Amino acid sequence: MLSGNNSTNGRRDRWASGVTPYAEMGYFDPDYTPRDTDVLAAFRITPQPGVDPIEAAAAVAGESSTATWTVVWTDRLTDHRHYRAKAYEVSPVPGRDGEHIAKIAYDMDLFEEGSIANMASSIIGNVFGFKALQALRLEDLRIPGHYVKTFPGPPHGIVTERERLDKFGRPLLGATVKPKLGLSAKNYGRVVYEALRGGLDFTKDDENVNSQPFMRWRDRYLYSIEGVDRAGAATGEIKGHYMNVTAATMEEMYERAEFARELGSVIVMVDLTVGYTAMQSMSRWARRNGMLLHLHRAGHGTYTRQKSHGVSFRVIAKWCRLIGVDHMHAGTVVGKLEGDPAIVAGYYDTLRLDHVPADPGRGLHFDQDWVSLPGVMPVASGGIHAGQMHELLHHLGEDVVLQFGGGTIGHPMGIAAGATANRVAAEAMIQARNEGRDCLREGPEILRRAARFCPELEAALQVWKDVAFDFQSTDTPDHVVTPTIG
Amino acid sequence: MRLTQGTFSFLPELTDEQISAQVSYALGHGWAISIECTDDPDPRNFYWEMWGRPMFDLEVERCDVVLREVRACREARPDHYVKLVAYDASRGRQTTALSFIVGRPADEAAFLADRGADRRPTRHRPRPGAVDGIGGAPRSARSP
Repeated sequence: MLSGNNSTNGRRDRWASGVTPYAEMGYFDPDYTPRDTDVLAAFRITPQPGVDPIEAAAAVAGESSTATWTVVWTDRLTDHRHYRAKAYEVSPVPGRDGEHIAKIAYDMDLFEEGSIANMASSIIGNVFGFKALQALRLEDLRIPGHYVKTFPGPPHGIVTERERLDKFGRPLLGATVKPKLGLSAKNYGRVVYEALRGGLDFTKDDENVNSQPFMRWRDRYLYSIEGVDRAGAATGEIKGHYMNVTAATMEEMYERAEFARELGSVIVMVDLTVGYTAMQSMSRWARRNGMLLHLHRAGHGTYTRQKSHGVSFRVIAKWCRLIGVDHMHAGTVVGKLEGDPAIVAGYYDTLRLDHVPADPGRGLHFDQDWVSLPGVMPVASGGIHAGQMHELLHHLGEDVVLQFGGGTIGHPMGIAAGATANRVAAEAMIQARNEGRDCLREGPEILRRAARFCPELEAALQVWKDVAFDFQSTDTPDHVVTPTIG
Repeated sequence: MRLTQGTFSFLPELTDEQISAQVSYALGHGWAISIECTDDPDPRNFYWEMWGRPMFDLEVERCDVVLREVRACREARPDHYVKLVAYDASRGRQTTALSFIVGRPADEAAFLADRGADRRPTRHRPRPGAVDGIGGAPRSARSP
């Protein structure tokens, strides 16, 4: 940890007009003890060559709270010590030359109650373009319980979702309709029907399925709900299709959501691209209307993936739990999209647990207490198939939606067969786990045995047996570098 | 049709030994065990009949008690679905942790999709529906 020199002895007067280093203006304070009510941020800072890391950290604290580039006398009209953020710890990152983790404390008074837009504008609003920094990444936030309580949280949460769907003790299973673009509404509904009657719990619109010339939203909803209802009747189960209500305006989103509700859908979805405020509005609508709300994290990779610059997905996950969504895509570990196992485990803990302890091995810089805010069901989607069921259960647990799009629709015996393969694989693995078997080690054998009574599973294991996505993750914990497990 | 509610409906019917293994798992977690049955397996029938009260304090090795109750319920209600429910009362969960069917009638129920021709907020009733779901007027709101 760097200590710096916070003394102002022999320096210019704090209030002299002109430019004073941020650290000397009080934005670096190694003696500050964070309060239980403070919002705490961990930033990864990479100063330009020659820039002192402490000054860089103080600059981030300053520009994300009260400061501007020069001294202003109007600070003295306020209790400026209270309102300014304090960088209270700056530590070099082991093995990463030039990078430091700066921890910054913000008094809760700096933020509007229940507003993610405000928290985002404050903490990541101005500082990421700072010339004195080569790169900046918001790694984690500690949101105090007092502030958490000003957010409604998920419209329903994991417990209520399971009770409403009457599905317990196993991962929920879903599929995204493919191809995601080009199907007519009638063909689209066929995929919904087949996948659901075959054994999946949910089907899903993809993020970019909104209301295009080849398929308008109203037609898609009508055919999809026909598939949902027919599959429900065929199985005696509650089924759902995530109706994507993402649109250009709130008015259009509400119109689509209202129609989905009138049709009897249990769930609607929205994309992260609509923005925090629109998501908060949809969350309130979903709570008011008794609809589950699924969130697709479309676009997040543009700012979450690189280790040195952007905003970590764990911050986005925290914001989305506060905003209030019931489902959120959070990685698969084994699939086609970025996800170091330990880092993804940190996301899942963040979404599901009530108290998340700090754990640097999972990228968690702070304890996070959710003060009974219901959990969000994480969604694993992208390049997963039945043959990986043991790994999925091992890494992701049972409170998760596993989404097999290609792994259902691409099945050689048809869509319903693909769904059956996934459902049988999931149930067989849960049964074996509960019987005390070591699923991770014995998984392939458990699946082979289940395939003896299930030709659909046998075919799935055959066709995808060699599919794995073995690539090095870009975002890994700092003290252990682990390859993506395939 | 085969009703596929519950955690293990896509597997071959569980043997008594396999049921016992699941009960051991549940008791090992300190979960309470209930047995419920119904002749109305509509997926939105959330209240099956309780076969006695939940068994809260069973020791892990007393799977036989549960199995005895399962058999008694099956025999007394041969035309009902019977399910075994494991309940986790720990804070933050306080809900069902595992629930699977352990008894089925010989002749299983069949549902037909109710396309809401009469605008009634029910579905899955055993009657033919009119084909006006597509492009027709919206169905009425259904809950929950």
